[in-house]
Amino acid sequence: MATAAEQWVLVEMVQALYEAPAYHLILEGILILWIIRLLFSKTYKLQERSDLTVKEKEELIEEWQPEPLVPPVPKDHPALNYNIVSGPPSHSIVVNGKKCVNFASFNFLGLLDNPRVKAAALASLKKYGVGTCGPRGFYGTFDVHLDLEDRLARFMKTEEAIIYSYGFATIASAIPAYSKRGDIVFADRAACFAIQKGLQASRSDIKLFKHNDMADLERLLKEQEIEDQKNPRKARVTRRFIVAEGLYVNTGAICPLPELVKLKYKYKARIFLEESLSFGVLGEHGRGVTEHFGINIDDIDLISANMENSLASIGGFCCGRSFVIDHQRLSGQGYCFSASLPPLLAAAAIEALNIMEENPGLFAVLKEKCKRIHKALQGISGLKVVGESFSPALHLQLEESTGSREKDIKLLQEIVNQCMSRSIALTQARYLEKEEKCLPPPRNTHTAISQIISQTPNSKCFVFQR
Amino acid sequence: MTRPRSHTIHHVTQNGGLYKRPFNEAFEETPMLVAVLTYVGYGVLTLFGYLRDFLRHLRIEKCHRATEREEQKDFVSLYQDFENFYTRNLYMRIRDNWNRPICSVPGARVDIMERQSHDYNWSFKYTGNIIKGVINMGSYNYLGFARNTGACQEAAARVLEQYGVGVCSTRQEIGNLDKHEELEKLVASFLGVEAAMTYGMGFATNSMNIPALVGKGCLILSDELNHASLVLGARLSGATIRIFKHNNMQSLEKLLKDAIVYGQPRTRRPWKKILILVEGIYSMEGSIVRLPEVIALKKKYKAYLYLDEAHSIGALGPTGRGVVDYFGLDPEDVDVMMGTFTKSFGASGGYIGGKKELIDYLRTHSHSAVYATSLSPPVVEQIVTSMKCIMGQDGTTLGKECIQQLAENTRYFRRRLKEMGFIIYGNEDSPVVPLMLYMPAKIGAFGREMLKRNIGVVVVGFPATPIIESRARFCLSAAHTREILDTALKEIDEVGDLLQLKYSRHRLVPLLDRPFDETTYEETED
Repeated sequence: MATAAEQWVLVEMVQALYEAPAYHLILEGILILWIIRLLFSKTYKLQERSDLTVKEKEELIEEWQPEPLVPPVPKDHPALNYNIVSGPPSHSIVVNGKKCVNFASFNFLGLLDNPRVKAAALASLKKYGVGTCGPRGFYGTFDVHLDLEDRLARFMKTEEAIIYSYGFATIASAIPAYSKRGDIVFADRAACFAIQKGLQASRSDIKLFKHNDMADLERLLKEQEIEDQKNPRKARVTRRFIVAEGLYVNTGAICPLPELVKLKYKYKARIFLEESLSFGVLGEHGRGVTEHFGINIDDIDLISANMENSLASIGGFCCGRSFVIDHQRLSGQGYCFSASLPPLLAAAAIEALNIMEENPGLFAVLKEKCKRIHKALQGISGLKVVGESFSPALHLQLEESTGSREKDIKLLQEIVNQCMSRSIALTQARYLEKEEKCLPPPRNTHTAISQIISQTPNSKCFVFQR
Repeated sequence: MTRPRSHTIHHVTQNGGLYKRPFNEAFEETPMLVAVLTYVGYGVLTLFGYLRDFLRHLRIEKCHRATEREEQKDFVSLYQDFENFYTRNLYMRIRDNWNRPICSVPGARVDIMERQSHDYNWSFKYTGNIIKGVINMGSYNYLGFARNTGACQEAAARVLEQYGVGVCSTRQEIGNLDKHEELEKLVASFLGVEAAMTYGMGFATNSMNIPALVGKGCLILSDELNHASLVLGARLSGATIRIFKHNNMQSLEKLLKDAIVYGQPRTRRPWKKILILVEGIYSMEGSIVRLPEVIALKKKYKAYLYLDEAHSIGALGPTGRGVVDYFGLDPEDVDVMMGTFTKSFGASGGYIGGKKELIDYLRTHSHSAVYATSLSPPVVEQIVTSMKCIMGQDGTTLGKECIQQLAENTRYFRRRLKEMGFIIYGNEDSPVVPLMLYMPAKIGAFGREMLKRNIGVVVVGFPATPIIESRARFCLSAAHTREILDTALKEIDEVGDLLQLKYSRHRLVPLLDRPFDETTYEETED
């Protein structure tokens, strides 16, 4: 019975074959022939695999010589031997054994050796020990941290603040948390190195505009607008950011914030402001460049600053609206993957904030002293002062360069050494020559400290024989 | 009754004489039923997530999240909706297990501030109560130096009085204190290298120094499970990055061979340098790097080795010198020894140690030395005092006792947990103990149940771990006494039965409770 069934199926198949149209049969025939051909042809080989034998590979491995891990550093490299400071780096500093007046630290409000700050830090040390032994997510959040964030938010009149344990990491983690590949960031050419690293880590399109030149920025924004009109779908998902500093570390200039805010609303870009130098310096109460210009702080999307200058502590913070800041608690790399700030440093920062709030007169005094020093430095032959009159960090640059960067650096180092021998501590501003996008010319940094400097005997020191 | 499925236990005893002691590392395979149920769990959560998003969109459900300003509503939106799907719908539900604020020293016992949420974890209120004496199994306090009394704290207090807290300048300008020089000499002698350099933050040590060492035209071979700081440093350097399977020496060897034989992609030029990035202890897996094999490979193929000992320094080895000491190897074989002071020294910051040329180069070219503030003086003093204590230079045997206590605690805790039937990952000697939970609901349940029983644990899920391999991670400490460990084990046992966490197929035969003896470190101690 099985065979009968089989035979019947076979008959049906043959019948179907007769009844099929000709082209159908021809097509199927061709396909079958093609399959047979593919089955029996040689496999397709990529060229390289067939080349080297095992012996040749071993020879290649033997022959290969890597470069040394690090190139040798010449013994007279200017940055190789550091100045050794014995004792506290406060107003009167002992550098390489010599006592000097400190014009080189960013200790703008003179809080570095303030007894109240030290006492607060000591109390915290006695309660919590030194380290936090964990990141913020895993039992590394202390009540001191929450306190400090709260105080900073209230001081700056924003909704929320977030603290980082390292000043450099603050802006370098904040930018990549918001700006990703495909987004566009307009940054100032003279932006500090931390911002440059943040921009590099974000993998976004970076467009640099000339330092403090709003016309150039507007030109770039217009160009971007034209691009957008060509491709509106892409434009709808591309975020735009403008990154600027309140007071630029590299030039001492102030950013024109009102114009920036106008551009923000005109071209729909968000502003990230880096206020390391201007926090605790500008403004009636020390709230930074927004207070200086009288701008509503909600207009700035993110303000980032480090606590290592005016607050004389360690670490950094970002403040702004909760909508913006809260995102960093899960995506800020320096926040999630790093141990939190030691509580004694946070307590010192809180006490420094207290002092700032209690004495708003400090900022006027600082401003006045800055202006005075700026004026006193104007007349020195051969050196020009770079920086605003109210900027507490000034640069002294050679008016005419000798032609080569190394010679410039050597000359400036001579000046620094001479100053040190007359008990004034200055320092050369250090840059990584190969890494900076736009390398500033060699210069010395000179900073003013409030309250503690006396009448300016320094003007006498600046009589140089060339 | 059923035979156990094939499991992966690497028991490399004498791999050509490279290992002087048995290397026991185990990563038991996920049971099939558990894996399926985990996926189902995530599926259900995702569906509910979509439902809730839909309801929020229709305004039926109140949206608790902060929103954009009115004036900026027509800007391109700052966050992609989908990016935050996981955060909104899964993370939010169990958010109370993380960021628990404490208000005491993070020692063996800690005080946690109680918080409550009336809107399902969208916002927290502090009740004002403090849960006192919670057993701390989450802080990285391996040798117990997180203390607010004792020699370290007194020394730090003295230095604080004298030097103040901040530094306000960079290393190359005027922030290099004599204390920093003293610390660097001490670190170099501790590690057994020629010179060392210290930095203010461990994360930044990696992200700022790897770019100074390698650049374009170099090759970085990085382990699959490397920390975010290593990955960031590798990316910022501009070098080509290739990943080898976790702790898998065959994978590494293949990559090395191919790299040298075939050179750079497309141009076929030889690579300028090859840098291998590994960690001492991987904190999510609890595994220890196979250092003898890595060094053998490195020597054969002339590559350079960068060892990140964030978790292993102080915690491994008979004298606490880290993973090099644990395997009895020569520190000169490792080109760049990096580590942090946060975990075993109770301070903060990082260091890099190596040959003098390397450190000279880093002093001049490291991003941190040029642009970032140096370490704070009381923190430096804490590191100096604790390091001297570990080395035995303070005249007591406290350091040695802590190291022995930690090793004893590690062995005991791991053995007891395995006997109870939990799946524990990692090496037998690693003080980081991951206990597998797998299912998303159990992550939240475990954290909360343990807190109810006065034990603080750390639970981790996606994205720190693969999506079905969520775990609880215990960090042992020399400060934990036997009683504390026994209490903790009893509670873990209870919670394990309650939540049905005992997935392991191989029960260890419970050993008679033999006291810890010196044989653990017998072979390598001289």
